[in-house]
Amino acid sequence: MSTQTLYLIFFGGLFPLMFLGYILGRQKAIVMRSQGIKMHSQPDQYGWFSALYTGLPIIMIGVCGVFLYLFGFRAIPASLLVAASLGVGALSLALLIKSIKASTKARDLVEDLINGMLIGASLVSVLTTFGILLSIIFEALQFFKMQSFFNFLFGLEWAPDTAFLEGAGRADAHAAEAKFGAVPIFAGTFYITVIAMFVAIPVGLLSAIFMSEYASSKVRAQVKPFLEILAGIPTVVYGFFAALTVAPLVVKVCNFVGLEAQYQNALSSGIVMGIMIIPFISSLSDDVISSVPQSMRNGAYALGMNQAETIRFVVLPSAMPGIIASMLLAVSRALGETMIVVMAAGLRPNLTLNPLEDMTTVTVKIVEALTGDQEFNNPLTLSAFALGLVLFVVTLVINIISVSTIRSFHRKYKVSTL
Amino acid sequence: MTMENGFIQHALHAQEQDSTQESIKVQVKNLNLFYGEKQALNSINMDIYTKKITALIGPSGCGKSTFLRCINRMNDLVPSCRVEGYIGVDGHDIYDKEIDVVAVRKRVGMVFQQPNPFPKSIYENIAYAPIMHDIVKKGKECDALVERALRGANLWDEVKDKLKDPGTALSGGQQQRLCIARAIAVEPDVILMDEPTSALDPISTEKIENLMLDLKKNYTIIIVTHNMQQAARIADYTAFFHMGNLIEYSDAKTLFVNPKEKKTEDYITGRFG
Amino acid sequence: MPNDKNYFYIPQIKKRNQKATLFKATTLLAIIFSISFLIFFLVDIVRAGYPAFTQTYIQMDVNINEEVVENPYSALKGKNLKIASRAWLRDLPNLIKENPSWMNTTQTLWVLANSEVDQYVKGKESRTHERERVYVDELRADGKVERKFNTIFMTTGDSKIPENSGIYASIVGTVLTIIVTMVIAFPIGVMTAIYLEEFAPDNRWTQVVEVNINNLAAIPSILFGLLGLAIFINFFGVPRSSPLVGGMTLALMCLPVIIVSSKAALKSVPSSIRQAGFGLGLTKWQIVRDHVLPLAMPGIMTGSIISIAHALGETAPLIIVGMIAFVPDAATSFTDASTVLPAQIFTWAGMPEKAYLERTAAGIMVLLVVLLSLNAVAVYLRRKFERKW
Ligand SMILES: Nc1ncnc2c1ncn2[C@@H]1O[C@H](COP(=O)(O)OP(=O)(O)O)[C@@H](O)[C@H]1O
Ligand SMILES: [Mg+2]
Repeated sequence: MSTQTLYLIFFGGLFPLMFLGYILGRQKAIVMRSQGIKMHSQPDQYGWFSALYTGLPIIMIGVCGVFLYLFGFRAIPASLLVAASLGVGALSLALLIKSIKASTKARDLVEDLINGMLIGASLVSVLTTFGILLSIIFEALQFFKMQSFFNFLFGLEWAPDTAFLEGAGRADAHAAEAKFGAVPIFAGTFYITVIAMFVAIPVGLLSAIFMSEYASSKVRAQVKPFLEILAGIPTVVYGFFAALTVAPLVVKVCNFVGLEAQYQNALSSGIVMGIMIIPFISSLSDDVISSVPQSMRNGAYALGMNQAETIRFVVLPSAMPGIIASMLLAVSRALGETMIVVMAAGLRPNLTLNPLEDMTTVTVKIVEALTGDQEFNNPLTLSAFALGLVLFVVTLVINIISVSTIRSFHRKYKVSTL
Repeated sequence: MTMENGFIQHALHAQEQDSTQESIKVQVKNLNLFYGEKQALNSINMDIYTKKITALIGPSGCGKSTFLRCINRMNDLVPSCRVEGYIGVDGHDIYDKEIDVVAVRKRVGMVFQQPNPFPKSIYENIAYAPIMHDIVKKGKECDALVERALRGANLWDEVKDKLKDPGTALSGGQQQRLCIARAIAVEPDVILMDEPTSALDPISTEKIENLMLDLKKNYTIIIVTHNMQQAARIADYTAFFHMGNLIEYSDAKTLFVNPKEKKTEDYITGRFG
Repeated sequence: MPNDKNYFYIPQIKKRNQKATLFKATTLLAIIFSISFLIFFLVDIVRAGYPAFTQTYIQMDVNINEEVVENPYSALKGKNLKIASRAWLRDLPNLIKENPSWMNTTQTLWVLANSEVDQYVKGKESRTHERERVYVDELRADGKVERKFNTIFMTTGDSKIPENSGIYASIVGTVLTIIVTMVIAFPIGVMTAIYLEEFAPDNRWTQVVEVNINNLAAIPSILFGLLGLAIFINFFGVPRSSPLVGGMTLALMCLPVIIVSSKAALKSVPSSIRQAGFGLGLTKWQIVRDHVLPLAMPGIMTGSIISIAHALGETAPLIIVGMIAFVPDAATSFTDASTVLPAQIFTWAGMPEKAYLERTAAGIMVLLVVLLSLNAVAVYLRRKFERKW
């Protein structure tokens, strides 16, 4: 039997059984009540009670079965598992209906189960983080078994072309040794991020100041959608724009002033990435600046400062922790940005300070290693996970710092300054 | 509010001095103020005398703060607010189109209910505005001004060793005195205070009340307070506001001991408010 | 009257005011920069993309006989063969089957031009040979060249022949992927929000979950791709390139947005409603289900729509789980290999032929229109149901 038919049978059994449970449970409660017995809960709740507790064992057995299969334990045939789960379900249905008494606390039991389900749902996000962490660490360890960790972090040369030989067990003799020194990749990532911040921080911060301090609520309502559209443009679209409009423009301008630029260059991807991040910085900083209490500003106005002086001397310094935190978040955004650099920055690890040359980034290398043929014994494929681990750790640290800063900032101004 | 006889006695003894030859510092004529459609002040006429403490009292929401904010044009910051009428400082219309609001606020300083020191050092809190207004240059001159202002606010001894500390690190009462020091550092003529002690403990309050009595030698002080004992303790003149109207305005003694208006009497005897 | 100006004199006031004006102007400039970039960008995309919505057809005589069924290329001769689309010719036998009466005749048909000719007709850079250009110009003078609405673009999948490629397959892939995403993320997200906002005790563990959700929101999207690859594909054996694995990956990515917005929506329901419920003797769950949740629904929907918009444009993690496979035919199930619109855009953007360039831009136009409409719906919902308690 194919997997699909098995699934079909499984769910085809599960839902009718649960439905049956609901009908029967409710019916029994109604009948009992009509006989004048005082029931603990409403008939509906007895219905739900039997339905949910019929489904529970079926699903549990199903899930356990799936896991058994995944871990290679296949002694019991799948069809038998499905049959067993449905059988147990039917049995528990019968027992449940029989066990319904006036004192059965159907409502409480149902709510316990629902509570459990809610807790289960909230576990998913935690599991996701751990899933990301574990999957990356596991594969990265494979990588570091083959390549030195130290060399990865501090090596200056990234030349993995012959790595597949090692994977194939032929890392002998004449083939040149594959090199996995990631410094040029880190440098490229860092450099492009810096360019992006040069664009995004001034424009984003000044926009935030305009929006929160100068714009009337009407202007605000009109301008905000533009920034939101800018924020909602998919990164692949920015990448297309960087590669096909901005990069040729940069090349043209450079030629005009007598400089030589490559079509894939760090500058154009950095600029476009910066523009992408503008709305991010401006909306976060806008929130922060708006939460500086009006009394601060009044204090400055009362001393005869004009609005600009008030903003510069009082508002911005008050908001500074929050602003810095939002910039950090933006940095982590830039470090993890993928499509723009994949499309416009280049593939060549290039240790240079010239922004007109091509460069590569961590994310580009991850994409490069994981598209096309993948063999999970090839260090090249696994290097993606090592790079991913670095990216994960760096962005996580930045996020934790900035989120806690922003939080304490908002907390500080929610209560009075006293 | 229960009435205490004590503070009337206080008022009687407070200012036994001669009040015949007062000069007018702030003159308010026919002042009407609207928040959008709603009128918050109804044709106020009032003369405020030089180097005296004038207290504004009245039930909350009657327009005391609104009136106070007119005198240094803080109401310009409220978009819906419209002001009609005349306010003059030393005979100069502060709402004159030719005049920069910044200059008005330099002449007429203000201290708020919540102490609001800037997130800067104590020194910078005081020095920034005078430097901006070109009252002093950076350096020795400025150091001297900071010291003078802090001494003026009775704060110097407490902070002279930690001028580089953030102003926000001080206690509430110290913060409020820092705000007063900050206000007198720009050398205003008039200082407005909107319930400056209502967020403070009694000891800090007493210090600030004493400070006001000192300051009155050099400045004209207008203070909003909901605390009648305080008004009775320190004010030379007292004005009673009710629902946007100036009901009664006279020297403090008369107002507290012998009010002319029934409403005033009801208020100071605690029948409403 | 003394001189007012002197009484209220502050040295340097002019200079200070100038500086203030300058500062304000700078902030305004920043906004203008962003807005003009957006306009420049949109104009640029539309300019590059709108030609893709028409396609050149040329009227020519087509010989139809038995041989053509075997070898379609024999249907046209000489220059005609050079300018016609190979894709059209390959499809000719099907056309003949539909019209048996054509057999052994010569039909005058509107034949799809190949992409290079199409580019030439559209006045763009093209690799067409000079002789063919002259020929096309002649045909054009005779009224035998026409640009028709490009239905192919809307009805086919990817193709190695530019004039035969379209976004249909990728749109189907996107729809399937988003369905999976929402089926997973919406219930889990809303349930998490309900738990955290209504049921969770205020303890360490709850804080850990909340902090974790915040961090999850800021993890680079590509790392979700690594998770999808390592866990869903390699570990659980979900088929690579399928809408199923793509949707599952995106679902995890969307979770934080849905959770955070649902929490905000739940929080905005006033506690008086809950108290009234307790007063009626309802249990907590009954209150949440019957009273709080319905009131919070508009907010939850808004957040979910916004997260759909996010997911729609997301590319990086989907590339990692293989959704850039070359897929000419639309997927028919959640486990078929498929691509998605943004990934299709990415693939085409890397193609050397100019005809793909305009299709990339056209694909972007379609994507942006969908995203903007989704956002408009979200804004509409928010406005309509905005309630100040
Ligand atoms: N910014 C404002 N916008 C609209 N109405 C205001 C504003 N500030 C104060 N008011 C109204 O003006 C009246 C007087 O307020 P206020 O001067 O603050 O009273 P007080 O300081 O005497 O308690 C009140 O009714 C208040 O609601
Ligand atoms: Mg007040």
